[in-house]
Amino acid sequence: MNTAIASMPVKADSPFRRNMAIFAENRLAVGSAVVVLLFIIMAIAAPLIAPHDPNETDLFRRLQPPGWKVGGDWSFVLGCDALGRDILSRIIYGSRISIFIGAAVILVATTVGIAAGLAAGYLRGWVDVVISRVVDILLGFPYLIFAIGLMAMMGPGLANIIMALAYKEWVIPCRVVRGETLAARELEYVEAARALGASSRHIMMKEILPNILSPVIVVATIRIAHVIILEASLSFLGLGVQPPTASWGSMVADGRAFILEAWWVSTFPGLAILLLVLAINVASQGLRDAFDPRFSE
Amino acid sequence: MSVGKLLERLLQLLPVLLGVSLIVFVMMALTPGDPVGIMIGDQTVTPEQEAELRRGLGLDRPVVERFFIFLGNAVQGDFGQSFYHRRPVSTVIAERLPATIELSLVALIVALATAIPLGVLAAIRKNSILDRLATIGSLLGVSLPGFWFGILLIMLFAVQLKILPVSGRIGYSSEVLPITHFLLIDTLLHGNFRAFGDALSHIILPAITLGLPMTAILMRVTRTSMLEVLRQDYVTFAEAKGLSRRRVLFRHALKNALIPTVSVAAIETGSLLGGNMIVETVFGWPGLGRLVVESIFLRNYPLVQAAVLFYAVTYVLLNFFADILYTVLNPRVKL
Repeated sequence: MNTAIASMPVKADSPFRRNMAIFAENRLAVGSAVVVLLFIIMAIAAPLIAPHDPNETDLFRRLQPPGWKVGGDWSFVLGCDALGRDILSRIIYGSRISIFIGAAVILVATTVGIAAGLAAGYLRGWVDVVISRVVDILLGFPYLIFAIGLMAMMGPGLANIIMALAYKEWVIPCRVVRGETLAARELEYVEAARALGASSRHIMMKEILPNILSPVIVVATIRIAHVIILEASLSFLGLGVQPPTASWGSMVADGRAFILEAWWVSTFPGLAILLLVLAINVASQGLRDAFDPRFSE
Repeated sequence: MSVGKLLERLLQLLPVLLGVSLIVFVMMALTPGDPVGIMIGDQTVTPEQEAELRRGLGLDRPVVERFFIFLGNAVQGDFGQSFYHRRPVSTVIAERLPATIELSLVALIVALATAIPLGVLAAIRKNSILDRLATIGSLLGVSLPGFWFGILLIMLFAVQLKILPVSGRIGYSSEVLPITHFLLIDTLLHGNFRAFGDALSHIILPAITLGLPMTAILMRVTRTSMLEVLRQDYVTFAEAKGLSRRRVLFRHALKNALIPTVSVAAIETGSLLGGNMIVETVFGWPGLGRLVVESIFLRNYPLVQAAVLFYAVTYVLLNFFADILYTVLNPRVKL
């Protein structure tokens, strides 16, 4: 009997499946999700697919135009930068920095934000007062200026960028989780768990958290795009990942000095940022419409 | 809103401003590199002179005391000397501020002037090609990295078409004696229309770059709120009364539909502050944003500290005014 029940197919109308079905109907959003996936695969497989070493300089190829232009070479299809490095290979390797930093910042920020938001919303009292004040203060800083201030203090570097962005980013999931927790703590299933003697920790982690995850995931996907642009902005200003490591923001900055004679140096890395960010934005809007219809128009 | 409520809301700002100041202070206190060492640079000084300099800057005092001294001085606008300029930080910031304010205001005007008509048109002609184009445009607007968009504009309008300048605030031959330090106003006050045209041509590209994300957001907000208003009973009633479509749209619907737009514009004005650093760097705009970026590389920490604090306080105050504006425009909302 039990075996028969276990082998029965899971019903297709669980909220998650229903929402995913709605998402799957949005062709533009699915297409965008595929683009994001391709970027992730490109980042992971960079050493396998990059045609050249991204840091290999060759002054004979200085500012060499893209393959289809006069003076170009199809084996350096997007052309070369001022040090003769292959732009396509640097874009492929640069995707690692953008995607890794975007994902790491959101992971750290969401974890901290969930913990702080759950504590503030469920425990209330002084915990809520302290966390809410810290959130208010951090919201008092324009994001980029806060990150620039921190980068000036900590110095450039991969770990420092993640820290500098996560220090403020956690506030956003925290506010979402706090709001959802405040609503959830009054619901019957939480009351029931409390009546059964469950600990606060158990109620927060096992009862409330699984039920409020949808909006948190939606917010996290929307925020990744924002974090990727911020990282690129920091790198553009010279406060991000340091040379010779390829990052899209610093590649655009490198090309600024040559916009009169070599437009391709800045243009292609910028296009890569636009494509990835646009794809994430469209896909996350689709997710939001499917999972959180309160916000859809 | 009563004066009491306003005062109460104003008082709530104090802990936030105090916290913001504390974070800025800690940020700079933890910054590696000894300020005295940076000030001395290559000069040869005796240990006594160095100790004297340290005492003069208050660096020999406990950190808590230093915070309150910093706070006391900050309230009076005293942020110490800029290591690089060898002048008071507040003077250097005040010199650069008009350029940043002028750019931000023009960006705000560009954003409002583009977003409102486009948002209204997209709502009136929902699901039309124009609506779809506006939707795609707004998605692009929030996805375009500002620094790259600025470079693209330079490549197109300055390098290829040669119709707008690459960088700067005004050409050397058009400079006028400052009156308000806002060049668009000063050139007009001098009656020098050629210089005004020159200043205008310099500000167009940076203002479009800075205002683009805001345009995208405001357009979405206007479209959504206009659609919402057009569904209301009073609009149907006005149409049923036989009023012309034009009158219904502009006299009845738009007035209410713009409330969220104005409120969001007030909030988003704060976000222009962050964009300034990028846009001023791309266009060589001599404002505060570029000064901060330069100062970081020069390790000119007193200036960075003062500017970050200035930006944060302005941001907090702008958000406060946005809240007040929202309440005033929307009497149903209570603070």
